[in-house]
Order: sequence, then C-alpha cells, then structure tokens
Amino acid sequence: MRVYKRRDIKMKRTFLRQTLVLLTLATAVMAAPMAYAVDEAPDALIKRLSVDVLETIKNDKAIRAGDTAKVVALVDSRIMPNVNFQRMTASAVGPAWRQASPEQQKRLQEEFKILLVRTYAGALAQVTDQTVNMKPLRAAAEDKEVLVRSEIKGSGESIQLDYRLEKTPGQGAGWRIYNLNVLGVWLVETYRSQFAQEINAKGVDGLIATLTERNKANGKKA
Amino acid sequence: MNMVKLTHPVVAVRGPARRSAMVRVVLLTLVVVLQACSAVPYKDPRDPMESWNRSVFKFNDAVDVAVVKPVATAYRDVLPHWVRTGVGNFFNNLEDLWSGVNNALQFRALDTADSFGRFVVNTTMGFGGLLDVASEMGMERHPANFGLTLGRWGVGSGPFVVIPLLGSSTLRDTAALSIEYKGNLVRSINDDSTRNALTVLNLVDTRASFLKAGEVVEGAALDKYSFTRDAYLQRRRNQVYDGNPPDEESAPDPSAPD
Repeated sequence: MRVYKRRDIKMKRTFLRQTLVLLTLATAVMAAPMAYAVDEAPDALIKRLSVDVLETIKNDKAIRAGDTAKVVALVDSRIMPNVNFQRMTASAVGPAWRQASPEQQKRLQEEFKILLVRTYAGALAQVTDQTVNMKPLRAAAEDKEVLVRSEIKGSGESIQLDYRLEKTPGQGAGWRIYNLNVLGVWLVETYRSQFAQEINAKGVDGLIATLTERNKANGKKA
Repeated sequence: MNMVKLTHPVVAVRGPARRSAMVRVVLLTLVVVLQACSAVPYKDPRDPMESWNRSVFKFNDAVDVAVVKPVATAYRDVLPHWVRTGVGNFFNNLEDLWSGVNNALQFRALDTADSFGRFVVNTTMGFGGLLDVASEMGMERHPANFGLTLGRWGVGSGPFVVIPLLGSSTLRDTAALSIEYKGNLVRSINDDSTRNALTVLNLVDTRASFLKAGEVVEGAALDKYSFTRDAYLQRRRNQVYDGNPPDEESAPDPSAPD
C-alpha cells in the first residue's frame, strides 16, 4: 500500500508538471498575437495608421475625387477608434465643458466631428504619391502622454504632422490621439478661442447652434 | 504696460521737460487702445490691438473678394497647370536665394547649402528657375525670411498685427519688412513696368495656389479672424523653433474626472 501510494504521488507530480508545461506553452502561443496589441508603441500605431490611410486613399478613386461620404466612412472605421474625441472636444471647449450637460457634450462632439471630417476630407483628397516618415520618439517607458512626430513627404517641401497621444488606462488598451498639428498648428488650440468667443456671447447652446449651422452650410456647398 | 516701458528710454533721453507731455500722450493712447479693446468680449493676450486688426482684416477680405480672388481664379482656370507650375517655380527660385542669405544669418549650414545649391541648379539647369530640377535631385526647400531670422536670434514676436493688403503679421515681422523688400529680387528690377508686372504676377500666382486652402478655412472657421490669427501665430512660433517649440502651458483635460 505504501509503495503504491508513493508511486501514486510520483505519477500525480509528473502529471502536474506536464500539465503546467503544456499550459505555459498554450498561454505563450495564444498570447503571441495579443502581445502585439499590448506592446504597440505610440509611434508604431501612428506609422501603421498613416500608411494604412495613405494606401487606402491611393487605391480609392472616389475619395480622391472628394466623395465626402467615403471619407467619413474611412475616418470612422480606421481613425476614430484611435482617437479620444471626447477629450479633443473638451479641450477645445475649455472650462465650459464641465458646466455642459451630458446631452450638450454629446451634441458638441457630434457637430465638431462633422466640421473636422469635412475639413480634412478636402486635404485627404489631395493625396497622391506621399509617404510618411517617422521622427525619433522621445519618451520614457512610463509616460502616459507622448508627442509623436512625423512628416509627409511628397514633391517639394515636407509637411510636418505631429500627434499627442494618451495611454488608455488598463493593460493593453493602447494609445489614443487627443490632438494633432499640421505644419505646427494644433487643432485644439486653433478652435479654443473661437469656441470661447461663441460661449461668452451665446452660451454652450449658442456654440452648438453655430456649429450646426456651419455644418449645414458646408453640406450645401459640397 | 508694455507701451509705457517701451517709451521710457526715449523719455529719459529727451529730458524731463518733454516728459510730462510724452507721458500724457502715452496715457491717452493707452486709454484709447483699452477702450477699443473693451469692444471685444473675449481678449487674447497676444492680440492687444484686436479691434483695429479686425477692421484691417475686414478691409483685406473685401479687397480679396472683390479683386484678388476673382483674378486668381481666372488665372487658375485659364492657364494650363504646367504654366502655373513654371511661374510658381520661377518665384520660388528667387525666394530661395533670399532664404539662403537668411539661413546663413541663422548659422544653418546645411539649409544654407541647400538653398544656394537650389538657386544655382534651378537657375542654370532649370532654365532660369522655370523648372524645379533641384527638388528632383533631392535638395529640399528651406524657406526663411528676415522676420524668421530675427526670431531665431531671439527677438520675440510681439503682438499680432494685420497689415493692410499684406495680411497677418506680428510686430517683429512688420519691423523686418523693410529689409525683406531689399531681399526681394523682383523689387530690385529697374524697369518700372517689368517690376510691377512681375509683382502682380507673383501675387496672383501665390493667391491661386491658396484657393483651395482659402476654401478650407472658409468652411472650417467659425470666426475667420480668430482662426487665421491663432493658426498664423502657432505656425510662426513653430518655424522659429524649427518644428519643435516648447510647450505653452497646456490646459488640463476638462473631460477628465477629478
């Protein structure tokens, strides 16, 4: 009986050890594709997004002809998942954001997004043979907010394109863009005083009304 | 406050007799300026002359809508693309020489070499600058004017200024204008009619190349004046710091929970 027991224990141990090895292997194999998502650096994300968007436009005649609906679809599917648009809108609105109701905040985001997509649709339609060049990232591993710098090269002068990204809290949640600059002009900063003017004169609802009106007028022109 | 400080050395040199009169004039000016400012509800510290600037901006816009934009549009629609490219290249080539001088004044060896190199290559192989051969050879443009040189030497931009007909500027860039004109090769042409014709052609060609951008601003801006000002000041600051300006105190994220 004793001998049996000992052998039993020995077998159990071997079994446990084997199971552990197998489990470790399985985890490693399954985690490999996830590791990519966890570890993608902010500049790698921007590089992947830029190349993806540039390639899509190059291969899509409708977008290059200025088809706004298609640009909106492209922006929604590829770019927006990587943007913290709430933060972008809130920073442009400034201190008044905290006083705005959730409904007002929602409307502000909707209208601001339409305005921006229309603005960039025109620029994206100009893409021909441009390539993207990343500049070295200067950030520490523990940084929660980073500046990623790149330039778009075509013929002639290159176009500076920088992004501010924030680390989404939580493991593997990735990075999201909350501001960008073209030729040194930051998007949020360019809207900040215009928004403040509207809010000072007509309140948050006044700003929403002005944005809606502008979007309607832009829609008619296109 | 700045105005008082600025005039102080002058006052000291002129002596106490004129001092009270000067101070009175300065104070009066301040009162007028402050009153003018009070008409603007949202004030930007970089733009103390906002109400004056706004009226010049309005005037410039009216001139653009009435004359410059229609002419530029016709120019774009009538002339084939390659002709316009040639015209643009020609003026860019003249500008490259001035950029070279300024890049040298800023002690930027590579940019200086590129700028002068471009001028030599394009003037000879590019038939007087009509073809931009240098770009094909990988020599990049590094546009620089004297306002930028002053900025890189450490001169602050000063307040935002809108100049009649010329548009957005700063006090520093406005002060640099007289030097800028000396560096403009078109302006040094002796024959009046040739000089004027080239100046107008340059203006129309430049405006034509901004027609699309103008439409973008038209659609994107809630207030064209603020939009133009804020974009211009950021762009200029970015140029002075060579594409990597230090952070201005950035506001915290208002959407973040406390």
